[in-house]
Amino acid sequence: MAGNDLIEEIKALEQNALIALDEAQSKESLEEWRISYIGRKGALTSILRQLPSLTPEDRRLLGSIGNKVKTNLEQSFANAEQSLTKSANTNGNPSVDVTMPGRQISIGKLHPTTQILREICDAFVGMGFQVVEGPEVEWDHYNFEKLNIPKDHPARDMWDTLWIDYENDNREKSMLMRTHTSPMQVRIMENSQPPLRVLVPGKCYRYEATDATHESQFYQVEGLVVDQGITFANLKGTLYEFARLLFGTDRKVRFRVDYFPFVEPGAEMAIDCFSCSNGEGCRVCKGTGWIEILGAGMVNPKVLEGLGYDPSIYTGFAFGMGPERIAMLKYGIDDIRLFYSNDVRFLSQF
Amino acid sequence: MRTPLSWLKQYVDIDVDPESIAHELTMAGTEVGTIEQTGGWGKVFVGEVKEINIHPNADRLRLVSVDIGSDILTVVCGAPNVAEGQKIAFAKVGAILNNPHSGGQETLKTAKIRGVESSGMVCSEEELGLGNDSSGILVLPDDAPIGIPLENYLGDTIFDLELTPNRPDCMSVIGVAREIAAITGKKIKDPDTNYTTENDPIEAHLEVNIEDPSLCSRYTASLIRDVVVGPSPTWITERLIKAGQRPINNVVDITNYVMLEYGQPLHAFDFRTINSGKIIVRQATEQETFTTLDGTERKLSPPMLVIADSNRAVALAGIMGGLNTEMTSETTTVLVEAATFNAVNTRKTSQSLRIRSESSSRFEKGLKPELALVALKRATYLIQKIAGGKVCSNIIDKYPVNEEGAPISLTLHRIKQVLGLDMKIGKARSILESLGFSINKSSTHELLVKPPYWRSDIDQTDDLIEEIARMVGYDNLPISSISTPIPNQTPDHNRNMREKIRDLMVSSGMQEVISYSLVSLKDLEKSTPSTESLNPIRLANPMSEHQEYLRTNMLSSILNALSYNLNQIRKGMKIFEIGRIYLQRKDQLPTEREILVGALTGQRWSDDWLNNSTNMDIFDAKGILEGLFGELRVDPIFEPSNNPLFAAGNAADIHYQGQHIGSVGSLHDDILRVFDIDIKPVSIFELDLDKLCKLSNKSMYKYEPISRYPGSYKDLALILDNATSSSTVKRLIERHKLVHTATLFDLYEGNELEAGTRSLAYRILFQSDKGTLTGEEINKALNDILSTLNHQIGAILRN
Repeated sequence: MAGNDLIEEIKALEQNALIALDEAQSKESLEEWRISYIGRKGALTSILRQLPSLTPEDRRLLGSIGNKVKTNLEQSFANAEQSLTKSANTNGNPSVDVTMPGRQISIGKLHPTTQILREICDAFVGMGFQVVEGPEVEWDHYNFEKLNIPKDHPARDMWDTLWIDYENDNREKSMLMRTHTSPMQVRIMENSQPPLRVLVPGKCYRYEATDATHESQFYQVEGLVVDQGITFANLKGTLYEFARLLFGTDRKVRFRVDYFPFVEPGAEMAIDCFSCSNGEGCRVCKGTGWIEILGAGMVNPKVLEGLGYDPSIYTGFAFGMGPERIAMLKYGIDDIRLFYSNDVRFLSQF
Repeated sequence: MRTPLSWLKQYVDIDVDPESIAHELTMAGTEVGTIEQTGGWGKVFVGEVKEINIHPNADRLRLVSVDIGSDILTVVCGAPNVAEGQKIAFAKVGAILNNPHSGGQETLKTAKIRGVESSGMVCSEEELGLGNDSSGILVLPDDAPIGIPLENYLGDTIFDLELTPNRPDCMSVIGVAREIAAITGKKIKDPDTNYTTENDPIEAHLEVNIEDPSLCSRYTASLIRDVVVGPSPTWITERLIKAGQRPINNVVDITNYVMLEYGQPLHAFDFRTINSGKIIVRQATEQETFTTLDGTERKLSPPMLVIADSNRAVALAGIMGGLNTEMTSETTTVLVEAATFNAVNTRKTSQSLRIRSESSSRFEKGLKPELALVALKRATYLIQKIAGGKVCSNIIDKYPVNEEGAPISLTLHRIKQVLGLDMKIGKARSILESLGFSINKSSTHELLVKPPYWRSDIDQTDDLIEEIARMVGYDNLPISSISTPIPNQTPDHNRNMREKIRDLMVSSGMQEVISYSLVSLKDLEKSTPSTESLNPIRLANPMSEHQEYLRTNMLSSILNALSYNLNQIRKGMKIFEIGRIYLQRKDQLPTEREILVGALTGQRWSDDWLNNSTNMDIFDAKGILEGLFGELRVDPIFEPSNNPLFAAGNAADIHYQGQHIGSVGSLHDDILRVFDIDIKPVSIFELDLDKLCKLSNKSMYKYEPISRYPGSYKDLALILDNATSSSTVKRLIERHKLVHTATLFDLYEGNELEAGTRSLAYRILFQSDKGTLTGEEINKALNDILSTLNHQIGAILRN
């Protein structure tokens, strides 16, 4: 046979083989195809067997074409085999539109206050603090007097108080909604001995007209550390660590003088604004580059003494912060009233 | 307090910009809330009111002609205090003024007011941003030069200070200047106080008697004759205006000026009105009445303190003067008072009479008696200088109890103990001296320190340590972690359990809410069965009737939350709250009990392409509780409940170890209606967490060995009386020793059964830990169970 005829024959074979391969949709028919086209006794082999009878020139040409066709058919066969294996794994199921939504499961959300309280507690628990809680309805004695805030002291103006409709034997209003978690400092020191390292989260109340930044009900987290050898340096170190845990390790802190009657010296801690990175000032930090997040101080010796601790032996520090304010800063919430008006569209975002 | 920078500069050199000074003051405890730049008004000029005419179309408006030097302009003015000859601040069109209504700034435009065109206006203090007074126009001193821009006259930098109650000394310009001096290392320039006196002893005219030295520890007074009462010079009025005070006349202005300067309130009496030349400092009598300077008659009672003459009260001590002894233009002899009144009594009096004055807000914070004499001399000096007059020689100085405090010891050891700071004694000394403290004695490690007369807040060593710390700067103090061992910890079972419950609720698909603990009486009435008595704790001073009572149940909280949200999202809602209820106890703090409450209503799932959702019911609520109990390893009993809040036959009481710990059920329509909820059913569960925690097993959980032998399942369909509860059947089946568990898997109620009966089908797992059960053993067990069931509850096998 002449070389040209054989080339035609090979090309026809290739075309037929590919059509036949498309139609082979089972393992068996694929195997049949392999034997009849590219097997040792298959059509392609039998054509190529005729090579030795050709002229050297035709042999070279046909050899090269024959190899290309062989490679193509073998590759196509491998592909067909692979796709057949794949479809075999569907177990005969129709394929699905995987972009359709999945079957719902229902997961609730913790209130953002719960979440931030846990974050704050976890930070301090990691530093050896124990979490304790106390009553929300308190005596004046614990909320004020034992904290070096006697009756008719002007510092009482710092806490507008909701009083319970109750009078003691002296005809004085003596029961109140706690205005801060600080009364627990007194209760804890009254009931236990140093060393103390405690954290008190809880609800507090104030007689306060509500607006975007003021609520009559809010939470506070109080901290108290009392032991021998506790210094202002420890106060700074502990609260710096806390700021880094909550707001990021590259946070800077700043302490300034502030006044709370139950501490001396008293301080206010600010962190550098995480919203405007280079301290240029923005809405979050009101243009100052700093955000005040908590009040703190060394426990006033008058408080220690009033509770039977010897202030020349024991020193301590205390601090307090508003978790809602911290949540507002973290999540960019601009109205504190959203927290306890219970709109699920707000709550379920966290 | 508004403190003008120009005024501060009288006492201390300030050579850095206002922002840095404000920052330093803030860091050291005197917080500068805002730095105000007064001025920037543009076209506002000093003018003189030349003529006032009536407005043709309005009774309360007038037409005012103002000379502003270059021109005379006529504008409409509604201020009640405008008068011919006054110097005023006149804004031309284009001036930039505050709008008291919007709070923002606006450019003044020509306006037509009741038909008369007005090109400009006469400004109030508030419109100029100089204070809060908008009741009338700002009247400038008579010597204000007509035509100059107001900017040149009243422009300044003003620090608005947010002071803490321990520092009344900073309620004075000198006090703030002292802080600046200490921070910047400058010296204070004290104002002049040297006046000349006549050879006319004050004792010849005036006698002072303090009846109760515990309420007035010092009373000083001077007497000045031939005083000419009139307007104050510009430098005084300008400063008063900038500090937010309205000038009145030179003598009164000087008492206010010295109060702002030193922080010591003073009072000036017209001496002619003082009967018999006698001043008696005494408690008010019962039913005593007194008319204060503001024209209000006050009812006094002891121990309110009054200044009286021989006949009557002439001032409410430390709070406000009396109308009867007020300075007038006819006054010629002035009695100036500078006294020290008891802080607590002043505060109590001002609170019970509801008068807060610049004076009372200083006295109530506690002032030292030494301050009174300094301020008296300064005021006497200024009155002589400005209003003329002859000062009587001597002053009255009643100082019955001179309680000079002992010096306070400060050791280097204590500085180290509190601040963790090593400091040299010389450094501590120089810091304290820069703040005006005097050192009585000093050694290598200890100082004996006496605070200056203006500092009433220093009475213990650690107060001195704060002074050291704030001058070093808190940010420059050492910083270190706590190095003492972590104290022993006792696990808080209740708290741990509560937090676990919170997590379980959320993983059951419930959204957490937190409500107000304070509620209205109406809410409590709506959520309490009428059969129960309601005895909630009431606030004495509620913000409103909506938050007047402490809640005694959680139901109203959760239903209000549900109702609110159903108005927003009309879909399925699953919410829960863990909160406290407050139960009254006689003469004790209330019982605060922690309660879990949950509410479920509407679609179980929102509609989607996979399934059409059905509505949630009591069994969704119960399922969540059962999941919860399983996790907590408690197994309470559910029993039918008659709680009237729920629909009859649709509620269960939950009992655990013989105690009622909660309930679950579908709410009655009546209660849904009062809470404006129109979706039903609403399923509620409620658990007393305090009781649950107390009863639950606190010991560590021990695992149950898994049987090595296979179990086998058998189904048992029974027909039984409707009244027999499924939990009874389950309990009877599980009583057999070969039964591992019995699970209800089908309920049939229908025509095929005899009326009053139903069919319950249980899948029973038989298993033994002794060996594989044979078919015979299982069949025998099944027969035993059936006969027990038949015997005890009349159940028969359903074929």
